[in-house]
Amino acid sequence: MSGASHAGPHGAAPDGHDVYDNEEPHGSLQDYVIGFVLSVILTAIPFWLVMAHVFKSPTVTAFSVMALAGLQIVVHMIYFLHMTPKAEGGWNMLALIFTLVLVTIALSGSMWVMYHLNVNMMPTSMMTSGSMAPGAMNGMTSPAATMTQDNKIGGNTMGPGDMGGMKMAPPASARDPRTMP
Amino acid sequence: MSSSSNPGALTANPHPRAFHLASEDDHHPENGTLLGFWIYLMSDCLIFAALFATYAVLGTSYAGGPSQAELFKLPTVALNTSMLLLSSITYGFAMLAMAKGNKGATLVWLGITGLFGAAFIGLELQEFAELIRDGAGPQRSAFLSSFFALVGTHGLHVSVGIIWLITLMVQVGRKGLIQTNRRRLMCLSLFWHFLDVIWIGVFSFVYLIGVLR
Amino acid sequence: MSISPDLAYAIFGRFNMDALPIHEPILVVTFIVVALAGVSILGALTYFRLWAYLWSEWFTSVDHKRIGVMYIFLGIVMLLRGFSDAILMRTQQAMAFGHNQGYLPAHHYDQVFSAHGVIMIFFVAMPLVTGMMNFVVPLQIGARDVAFPFLNNFSFWMTVGGAIVVMMSLFVGDFARTGWLAYPPLSDSAFSNDTGVDYYIWALQIAGVGTLLSGVNLIATIVKMRAPGMSLMKMPVFTWTALCTNVLIVAAFPVLTAVLAMLALDRYCGFHFFTGNLGGNPMMYINLIWIWGHPEVYILILPAFGIYSEIVSTFCSKRLFGYTSMVYATVVITILSYLVWLHHFFTMGSGASVNAFFGITTMVISIPTGAKMFNWLFTMYRGRIRFELPMMWTLAFMLTFAIGGMTGVMLAVPPADFVLHNSLFLVAHFHNVIIGGVLFGMFAGIDYWFPKAFGFKLDRFWGKVSFWCWVPGFYIAFMPLYLLGLMGVTRRLRHFDDPSLQIWFVIAAFGAALIACGIVAFIIQIVVSILNREALRDVDGDPWDGRTLEWSTSSPPPAYNFAFTPIVYDHDAYWDMKSHGYVRPSEGYRPIHMPKNTPAGIILAGLAVVCGVALVWYVWWLAVLSFVGLLGYAIFHTFNYHREFYIPEQEVAETEKARTLLLATRA
Repeated sequence: MSGASHAGPHGAAPDGHDVYDNEEPHGSLQDYVIGFVLSVILTAIPFWLVMAHVFKSPTVTAFSVMALAGLQIVVHMIYFLHMTPKAEGGWNMLALIFTLVLVTIALSGSMWVMYHLNVNMMPTSMMTSGSMAPGAMNGMTSPAATMTQDNKIGGNTMGPGDMGGMKMAPPASARDPRTMP
Repeated sequence: MSSSSNPGALTANPHPRAFHLASEDDHHPENGTLLGFWIYLMSDCLIFAALFATYAVLGTSYAGGPSQAELFKLPTVALNTSMLLLSSITYGFAMLAMAKGNKGATLVWLGITGLFGAAFIGLELQEFAELIRDGAGPQRSAFLSSFFALVGTHGLHVSVGIIWLITLMVQVGRKGLIQTNRRRLMCLSLFWHFLDVIWIGVFSFVYLIGVLR
Repeated sequence: MSISPDLAYAIFGRFNMDALPIHEPILVVTFIVVALAGVSILGALTYFRLWAYLWSEWFTSVDHKRIGVMYIFLGIVMLLRGFSDAILMRTQQAMAFGHNQGYLPAHHYDQVFSAHGVIMIFFVAMPLVTGMMNFVVPLQIGARDVAFPFLNNFSFWMTVGGAIVVMMSLFVGDFARTGWLAYPPLSDSAFSNDTGVDYYIWALQIAGVGTLLSGVNLIATIVKMRAPGMSLMKMPVFTWTALCTNVLIVAAFPVLTAVLAMLALDRYCGFHFFTGNLGGNPMMYINLIWIWGHPEVYILILPAFGIYSEIVSTFCSKRLFGYTSMVYATVVITILSYLVWLHHFFTMGSGASVNAFFGITTMVISIPTGAKMFNWLFTMYRGRIRFELPMMWTLAFMLTFAIGGMTGVMLAVPPADFVLHNSLFLVAHFHNVIIGGVLFGMFAGIDYWFPKAFGFKLDRFWGKVSFWCWVPGFYIAFMPLYLLGLMGVTRRLRHFDDPSLQIWFVIAAFGAALIACGIVAFIIQIVVSILNREALRDVDGDPWDGRTLEWSTSSPPPAYNFAFTPIVYDHDAYWDMKSHGYVRPSEGYRPIHMPKNTPAGIILAGLAVVCGVALVWYVWWLAVLSFVGLLGYAIFHTFNYHREFYIPEQEVAETEKARTLLLATRA
């Protein structure tokens, strides 16, 4: 949206000047510079870790990259977005925490659920043996599995709906041959 | 209905309460724009969460096509990242100039921010064009669909931010750093930095970790 | 006339005269009726010269009270459309056994059940709920309007825009035949390449923007604009539920936006999110859409819970029992609603561990609702109950929702759900909780707050007729469906082979007919009330001996709501004022700062509708043009810095003094 400001009824006087000043935390030059320097460092390190193959194990690299990303996000929050527990009477922080909780649930929940669905419902995907660990962050179907998915034109020969006949009740017309045009 | 029901044993209060504010100067609800905009940003965060989740689930569905390791050029990504990061700090400088009431400096820093943003978008468009030209467009596989959607949505947001920035530059140029414009600049500031935060997620999870797969 | 097909396509997209259903008699008749009704209404408005009034007092208004009323009006109009779809389905299902194919061909029937669901959820329930919150919340917290009045107007018109897109699909082209959630792969372009799913997508995207912004608006309002002294734990319970509802809106609707955008990319640009080939995964759509879908139903029910809380305490003349536990229950429901979504697809195959987790969380979420039930009952205990209509609806709710909730817990058990999923048992369950919970709550709220909005009460007799048609009608229409579901009948069927089932469908159809009478009675109630408004007049603004701040204003309240911002000391702020013998100030009036009306909302929404319809019909040049226009006009609007004015002191003084006089002569 255009993001235009909409002064509430108690807000600005008609000429645009606010009678009541907004006391939002402002950054200082020092804040921005520190934030910038920290961000540069926290960006350079993960790039280096990956491009220079610093760790043997890709899992360790991945976790390091994510950890550094998390750290840099915190840096941005504090130094650029001036996030403090006091901003907007604590509501900014509350909204942020709530959002982060939901993002975590949506991400991890989706990955957990989809992992199980893929394992159970896509029989041509690998997972013949191997880790059935739910919630494994990188436990997605391996590249090998995806080769077979090329052939699924139409796709309604498998996938959802195979488990009992109840799930994807086909549209009424498909059920009764007499209604086919 | 009578307006003076007196339930129970409550008798007339010896200390009469003031039920109405005599003067509005005693009560000024702070303007809700920044909180409202922050809440909107949280909702935007959830759009990106859905796109990230889709990328997480579909990110290895190559359909026999190219993967991240084959496609991504990390040096370009590093360049892109630095464009965005620089634009963040130049926006910060613009805000500092605004706090000092310096209209000219504000406009200069805003302009530089816009240029960095445009550079970011330009590089990204170039990357997309190359991928499409090389047969790795979004129609090639679910992985590529989710990649283009996630990174493309971020790019769209940055583009909208640039349009907004130009509009604000015109408005600040015309009306100066009045309160309404300050509020708008603060909202754009939140938006701009928020997009950089999302980009941290993108370059880490999509590009860097993608290359490791 | 011979233009080349390429040129025709470039100009008109895929629209051609075949899109008009002139060969389908039901639609032709419907169109004639709608056209006649429409022309009469428009003609009457023109004849009585009401356009200027409507435009300046309603359509361009940024007043939350006007916008709230318009939302509810939209909801009721769309209820008539959605209910017509229900009648079509009920009659079809009651007759189509054995050789009798009924009167609705499959192509049409599938659109009917899809449209019924979409309309009832998005264009009846959501507007009713949003309208209630819009009207009531600022008054309850002692504010003069919401935090962003212009955005409020824009949100309303975007919702109307979505409704227009859906209604258009009735007469031009087809609607989706996928059910109300449009699961892929059926909804992908490989299997649904007509306009149906596109209408669906754009109607919901347009309305979704409106809803999301409304959520942001009300959260900012409740957080920032409460009267001094009204801490969070002194807010009325309806405001608490409104806060939690809007948090849910802000947290859930973005997911819907993202999923529908991905579906659109699949359909329009050949992406492969949910296709059956090239790596797509249709199950991901279902996963994401229910991450939205479950919070959505809590968005619908929480405001209704809030309405019941207000009504129970008012009509039992007793403070609500367990205020703190009510608040905690509401917040817990809000958070837990994000942890249950998989119960909508237990049968999709995620396995025992995942199903068990979500089955348990689903059962847990019924506990705070139970706590609320008990709180209402304890409030009633030893209260002086007045059986006005709002209270009657509340009692009907308690019984009906309890049953619906119990069947929900049955469905929450995954092995049971494997038998009952997508059967008529499920259909009965969700109608049970939505009608018994949400709709009865909206009727209760309408009866309760109508006098505040319009200055006169609703006719009691016709309200009771409506009630006594609706409640038995609901049971007769839906209890048979529980039985049918347990016997194994699947949802969304238009024909059955087993004649022994027919009796139940006939009973259900009879129930639907009763409900129809209830709806007619409701319309009559409104008409009769308007005709009798002097006799039903609410003179002092407090027709029910209310407890919360909205009852301290006149009916209807002045544009500015409160001449002086109230100070709050306790729960039930108005009751507190009355108990302490408050006195209305008689002097010291000041000019009041108000936002101006604006046409921008309706213009922007209009452009959005044009863009959406153009996208449906592949009229690319129009889509681009209208989108650019949208952006351009939005930017243009931001150049308007003069959006406020002052109500002069004199006018405030006159309004207030008139009311003081009125109250004095009545006392």
